[in-house]
Amino acid sequence: MAATVHRRRRKHPVPVARILVLGFFLILMFGPLYWVAITSIKPSDDFLAVPPVWFPAHPTLMHYTAAMFSYRGLQALTNSLIISTAATILSALLGTPMAYSLARFNTGGQHLAFWVLSQRFLPPIAVVLPIFLIYRRIGLNDTHIGLIVAYTVFTLPVTVWMMFAYFRQMPKSLEEAALVDGCSRWGALWKVAVPLAAPGIVAAAVFAFIACWTEFFFALILTSRNAFTLPTVFRSFLGFQGAQFGESAALSIVSLLPSIALGVLAQRHLVRGLTLGAVRG
Amino acid sequence: MADVKIRRLHKRFGTVSAVRGIDLEIKDGEFAVLVGPSGCGKSTLLRTIAGLEDVSNGEIEIGGEVVNDIRPCDRDVAMVFQDYALYPHMTAGANIAFGLKARKMPKAEIEARVKRAAMMLSITQLLDRYPRQLSGGQRQRVAIGRAIVRNPQLFLFDEPLSNLDAQLRDGMRGEIKRLHQEISTTMIYVTHDQIEAMTLADRIVLMRDGAIEQQGAPLDLFERPATRFVAGFLGSPQMSFLRGKLVRDGAGDRIRLDGDGSALPLPRERKLDGTSDGMAVLLGLRPEHVTRAQGSPREGFVRTEAMIELIQPTGSRSYATFRLGGEPVVAELQAHDVSRPGEKIAIDINLRRASLFDARSERAI
Repeated sequence: MAATVHRRRRKHPVPVARILVLGFFLILMFGPLYWVAITSIKPSDDFLAVPPVWFPAHPTLMHYTAAMFSYRGLQALTNSLIISTAATILSALLGTPMAYSLARFNTGGQHLAFWVLSQRFLPPIAVVLPIFLIYRRIGLNDTHIGLIVAYTVFTLPVTVWMMFAYFRQMPKSLEEAALVDGCSRWGALWKVAVPLAAPGIVAAAVFAFIACWTEFFFALILTSRNAFTLPTVFRSFLGFQGAQFGESAALSIVSLLPSIALGVLAQRHLVRGLTLGAVRG
Repeated sequence: MADVKIRRLHKRFGTVSAVRGIDLEIKDGEFAVLVGPSGCGKSTLLRTIAGLEDVSNGEIEIGGEVVNDIRPCDRDVAMVFQDYALYPHMTAGANIAFGLKARKMPKAEIEARVKRAAMMLSITQLLDRYPRQLSGGQRQRVAIGRAIVRNPQLFLFDEPLSNLDAQLRDGMRGEIKRLHQEISTTMIYVTHDQIEAMTLADRIVLMRDGAIEQQGAPLDLFERPATRFVAGFLGSPQMSFLRGKLVRDGAGDRIRLDGDGSALPLPRERKLDGTSDGMAVLLGLRPEHVTRAQGSPREGFVRTEAMIELIQPTGSRSYATFRLGGEPVVAELQAHDVSRPGEKIAIDINLRRASLFDARSERAI
């Protein structure tokens, strides 16, 4: 026993090396984040100071006020929240039964499931102009609904694919038991399959939300004065007379918050949803 | 309570025929066991009765009603699955109550029924636990509870014990049999385990390649197998088969073994309809048909000497393997028999109970 412990201990790298490696990665990951956070509360004079200012002597929230009100960050935040949330809910609502149908009834034969995913292979530039022209014709340009529809369509393939994998690894007999026990197909789906797939649905929804939240290209082309989202606002921080470092950093921090909140809220589900196969009781 | 009638049932998956023209009648209150090797179509047949698979051709009638186009939930059957299929997100109690809730039964009635079923299966103290907190045997009890609480007209069991260890399986087998005696609802039970089939069934339906090979009372199938397949499938250790020729020359019917040419005279009462002199046959001997010689040989027995190749003690008895006519034959010895491999002993072969098959068609003579 003592010999095993001894040998095992020797196998590990020296703690100092471990701390160094971990420290390096921590700096790599949190360094830029820290810099953005600190820049957002620095007075403008400190931005390009040499030596760099690691923590401002007089922190200020002026960049936040400017970003939210002068640059219409608040409206963009509201738009982003409405559009991303709606598209995520729609994507999950439509994607779940679609994935269930593909997984359980082999709908569309062997190829439909892959065809659904293959929609993601299409470069966005190939579809954005036709969509723009269609939207202009039917009056969906620069509207919430227009962007919600576009985002739902573009997040569906990944949602369906994640849920498809999830449903496929769920034992069929659970739903069959429900069918024999007195449920219709829909009953078996909502009472048994969906509750069991909840971790997968949450994981897929978080992915969809983040994809919508960070999407720039479609928002840039399909919106202008009304339905513009957070990522498009960053564009206005780069001007001919220089960059608005403070406002840009402040808005970055604001735009991070919903993702972080969502991540924390869904963490338990996320881990289970991403490690498919954890449902069997 | 209901009888089940199946007429010319076919089930195809694409080009593969899983069930091929089955006709079967199961009487009200009967315990029927569908048994056969894996892939013989027994589970598919059960699933078509449950409504989980569509019927390709033919008719299924439960309690006088053709159910081909009736959804599983409206057939009033309950099913116990091999992997228990307990809903992992519900407690044992909620699992048992699920079917009653789905049928919108009053709450008080549900509670009373769950309580009664739990008491019957001694799982009252487990009702608040989730399936993951239960052992295999406990899960199976909950699964059975979920079936009986509904008081259906027909129970279907799909290899319910095959995930349990041997000891637990014996116990649960007894409980299922006791359950049937108590509630005497029609039960159809699928298994590949012939011991389960023999011990549980009022009637065994032995299947092979999607068709019924033979059906009847367990002892009928055991004692009078219609084919070599049935004879080989039922019984453990398996029946031994010896190749030989039938000799019918007026000097008494006998079998001349192909291996060493020795002749085994058949008892006079043995009917040999449809046979001819020189016909190739298979003699089927179960271990209990071959025993250690005692006293003088009785009528219908043949005494011979053979060398023990192998001894397998089971505790209650020992099985010895000999070679007869060049082929291995298993004999049953007393548990305290002290014979050793390599020893030559006298054995009696009971040709009254032995089975005889046409070697070509493999059907019983």
